[in-house]
Formats: sequence, structure tokens, C-alpha cells
Amino acid sequence: MFETSELNIKNQRVQRLFKILFLLMTMLLIAPVLLILGTLIVKGGSVISIDFLFTSPTDGMTAGGIFPALLGTVWLVAVALLISVPLGIAAAIYLSEYAGENWFTRIINLAIINLAGVPSIVHALFGVGAFVLFFKFGTSILAASLTLAIMTLPVVIVATRESLQAVPFAFREACWNMGATRWQTIRRVVLPNAVSGILTGVILEVSRTAGETAPIMFTGAVFFTPFLPQGIFDQTMAMSLHLFVVSTQVPGVPENLPYGVALVLIAMVLIMNSLSIAFRIYLRGKKKW
Amino acid sequence: MVASIQGAAIPPAAQTEQAPVKLEVRDLTIRYGNQPALSNVSLDIREHEIFGIIGPANAGKTSFLKTVNRMNTFNANMHVDGEILFNGLDVRHLKNVYALRSRIGVVFPLPVGLPMTVYDNVALAPRLSGIKDKADLDIIVERCLGRAALWDEVKDRLDSLGSLLSGGQQQRLTIARALSQEPEVLMLDEFSIAVDPVTTMRIEDVLKELKEEMTIILVTNLVQQARRLAGRTAFFLNGECVEIGETEDLFTGEIKDRRTRDYVEGRFG
Repeated sequence: MFETSELNIKNQRVQRLFKILFLLMTMLLIAPVLLILGTLIVKGGSVISIDFLFTSPTDGMTAGGIFPALLGTVWLVAVALLISVPLGIAAAIYLSEYAGENWFTRIINLAIINLAGVPSIVHALFGVGAFVLFFKFGTSILAASLTLAIMTLPVVIVATRESLQAVPFAFREACWNMGATRWQTIRRVVLPNAVSGILTGVILEVSRTAGETAPIMFTGAVFFTPFLPQGIFDQTMAMSLHLFVVSTQVPGVPENLPYGVALVLIAMVLIMNSLSIAFRIYLRGKKKW
Repeated sequence: MVASIQGAAIPPAAQTEQAPVKLEVRDLTIRYGNQPALSNVSLDIREHEIFGIIGPANAGKTSFLKTVNRMNTFNANMHVDGEILFNGLDVRHLKNVYALRSRIGVVFPLPVGLPMTVYDNVALAPRLSGIKDKADLDIIVERCLGRAALWDEVKDRLDSLGSLLSGGQQQRLTIARALSQEPEVLMLDEFSIAVDPVTTMRIEDVLKELKEEMTIILVTNLVQQARRLAGRTAFFLNGECVEIGETEDLFTGEIKDRRTRDYVEGRFG
């Protein structure tokens, strides 16, 4: 009754072959990550110290630490988030909960997709034209963060919209049937159950924002400044630009230094991502339906 | 607006025959795009009766319910013609649909336990309508869960998630929620589809008691359920209201239309 036919054997062989093939592809994917991390740790690990993190560069940036750049990146990311998170979440709520199926919505969706596809150097030039020159913010944290915010807006919008859509429609209907307005429904039922997805999107945006170089190099980040930023109208150093500078622009930098800078930058991003994953696991444990 | 659609107080013992009309439907026609869902339905639903609507799928039963509490506004594709008078006022011209909906409780085919505590599930609608006092809410929650025959099972775990109750409990929770605003009309859309027979019988007993306090529209696939509960029943078929009459007449041969007999006797559907 359960004899194995020629066809069975063939099917199983093909199935095993594909499984191995896909596994190999997956391994290939991990390889660059491990290589990058490995290289950075081996070559840059020796540079990292408390002093390195919390002092300014010295000797024409060939020695000393990275504190102004580290602080600058925190400033840039924080201000960018303050702008893009409320804006992105509001837009996503509108698109998910209010917008009808019409040409207007379709155009907005198309715009979001296109915004996500615009190269970062184009965002940079837009930032210069709009924020540095037209709004006269000058090269400042504000101009750079606005540029970053616009660039990462699609990330927030798409992540938020998807987590809103993941809340079952029946919940909304149940609320509407009781006489709740759309906003009451969003506030009481939809948002509380979409929060984990929204936060995940925000944290992903943080890691993207921290690493970007092009959008900030003309709008607010500078080669070198001895001053720490005091407010949003100051210029600042930033980790990503600092890495570019010490790697290519300054002669006589010890070989280990750029690796150390890169290691700190990637560590920042990885820590944010791990936080995001941990948070998602925590919230999944509390999943309510 | 709120006060103007409030019904006159009617003694619960009023006879179905003499009871005033709660919901008057005239020439109701519903289309989805060009697809007709219900055509030219006229019927009266009286206070304190259980009005059954039976019929196979695609008969237009759910579309009918959606039109009564104006849920059709959420579907731009849904076109409604005709009149639905709730306490004599045409619901299609009401500005305050929220007040209308809070007067009509709805129970869906599949139980919807909202992802919040049992207590919050029932207290949600009263809270939305502005009741903040904890003592008032406690009374409402206990009373509604009690009337839905769920209080004894959940009174010790009001803080557990409503969405984690069993299917039958969730459906009774849905009923408790529908009762939380003291509705004048309770609409049930095939409530027993995902509920075990024992729970179904318990809910049916609940409905028989609720009839004293409100008007009930019972959409059901189960002909025998209509027979057990409904005083009068309408038979919908493919968007047409084939017959309206005393429920018992549908089973005792007083039927005018052959299609109704075929359906009631289980020859199709």
C-alpha cells in the first residue's frame, strides 16, 4: 500500500536538492554580515575605549576621540524623529483609517513609494535648496534633520500603515456599530493594538537615519568643529561623515582609527535593531488575539 | 436629535398584534454597484417582538441590517433607496448616526471579543458616551453580563482578556456589549454560527427575556431557530422578500408561496 515508486524517489530527491540550495543562499546572505563585523572588531576593536568615545579628535583628526560626532549623530537622529514620527504616523492613520479608495489616495500612495525610491543624494540637494537656502535655516542640525526626516518618512508611514491594517477589521466594525466615531475607534481599539508595529518601524528608521551620509553633508554636518552642538541651529559633526572624512580626506590617520569609528557606528545601529527585536518579542508575548 | 428618536414608553406586556411599529421599512432597495442585493422590501417590525428573517446566503439579510443602523455609510459601493423609519424618523436622513447606532445593538455571526479586558469590553460603549463614574460602570457591566447569561462564568476574571474567552463566551460577551447602551432594538446576524448548541440554547433563552425590554431582529439560517423564537418571520430569497407572516404559519401550511415551503421543509438552502 505504501510502496515507494520511482516518482516518489525522484520527488524526494528534488525536494532535498532545493532545500540545500535555499540553505546555501541563506548562508551566502549571512557571510557579508559576519565578514564586516569580524573585520571591524579585529581591526577597530583596539581603538575603542571610554576616552575614544568621550573626547574630541586631536592632531588634525589623526588622534583623539569621536565625541562631537557621536553627540552630533544623536542630535540629528533625535530631531529627525521628532519631525518624522508624528508626521508619518498621522499620515499613516489617515491613509489606513480615513482615506477612501479614490484617485487622491492612489496618488498619495504613489508619492510615498516614489519618495522611498529617491536617491539620498537627491534628498541632500533638495535639503540644501529648501531648508538651507529657501527657509534660511543655514547649514544646521535643523536643516539636516528635516532632510533626514523627509527621506525616512516612507519607512514610518509604511510600517505604521501595515501595523494598523493588521488590526482585524471586525474590531473596527464592532466599535462603529456601538456608535463610536472613527477617531474613538482608532484611539481606543486600533492604535493600542498597532503600537508594537509602529515602534518597530520607528526603530528601523533610527538605524537608517544614523547611518546616512549624503543628506547631511551639505545641510548640517561639518568636516570638523571644535564645538559641541548647543541647539538645532548649530552645525555639528556626525558619525557617518566623520567616518568618510577620516577614511579618505585626512592624510596620516592611523589605519585602525576609521575601523574604530565604523565599529561604533555599526554598534549603535545594531543596538537599536536588537532593541527593536527584543521589544517586538516582548509585545508579541502580550498579543491579545 | 438624541431625544427626538427616543421611542414612547411602552408597557412590556403589550401584545405583538397591537404593539406600535418600531421600524417601518418602505420599498427598500439595496444595490452594490450594479448588483442588486435587495429589492422593494416593505415590512413593519413592532415593539417587543422578535422578528425573524430567514433565507439562504445572498438573500440580502445582512445588507438589510447594515442599512438599518446606517453601517452602509462605510461602503461607498452600497446604494440604498426607500425609507426606513425608526420611531417614525427616516434613518437615512438622520444627521446623528452615532446616536442611532447606540440605540441599536448588533451581534455578528462570528464573536468579536475586543482585545481588552472583559470589563472594558462591556464598559467601552458607555465610556464613549461619557459615563466616567466607576460605580455606574460597575453596575452596567454586571447588569449586561448578567442579562447575557455570562456573569457567573466571568465575574471572577473581569480583568482577563475578552478575546481569550471561549467562542460561546465571546458571543455572549458580544451580546453584553450590545446591551451596554440600553438599546431599543437588538439585531442579531446568525449569532449561533460559531457557537455550540448548549450555548445557543442559553442565548435563545436570553433573547426570550430581552424581548420584554426591546425589539429584536433575528437573522438566522436555522429555520427551527426562527420557529423557536420569532413571533413573525420574513423569508428573503435572492434579494426579494418572498413572504412575511406569523412564524407558525410558515410551518403549518398557511404559506402562499411554494418557495417558502421548499425552504422551510429543507428542500433547498
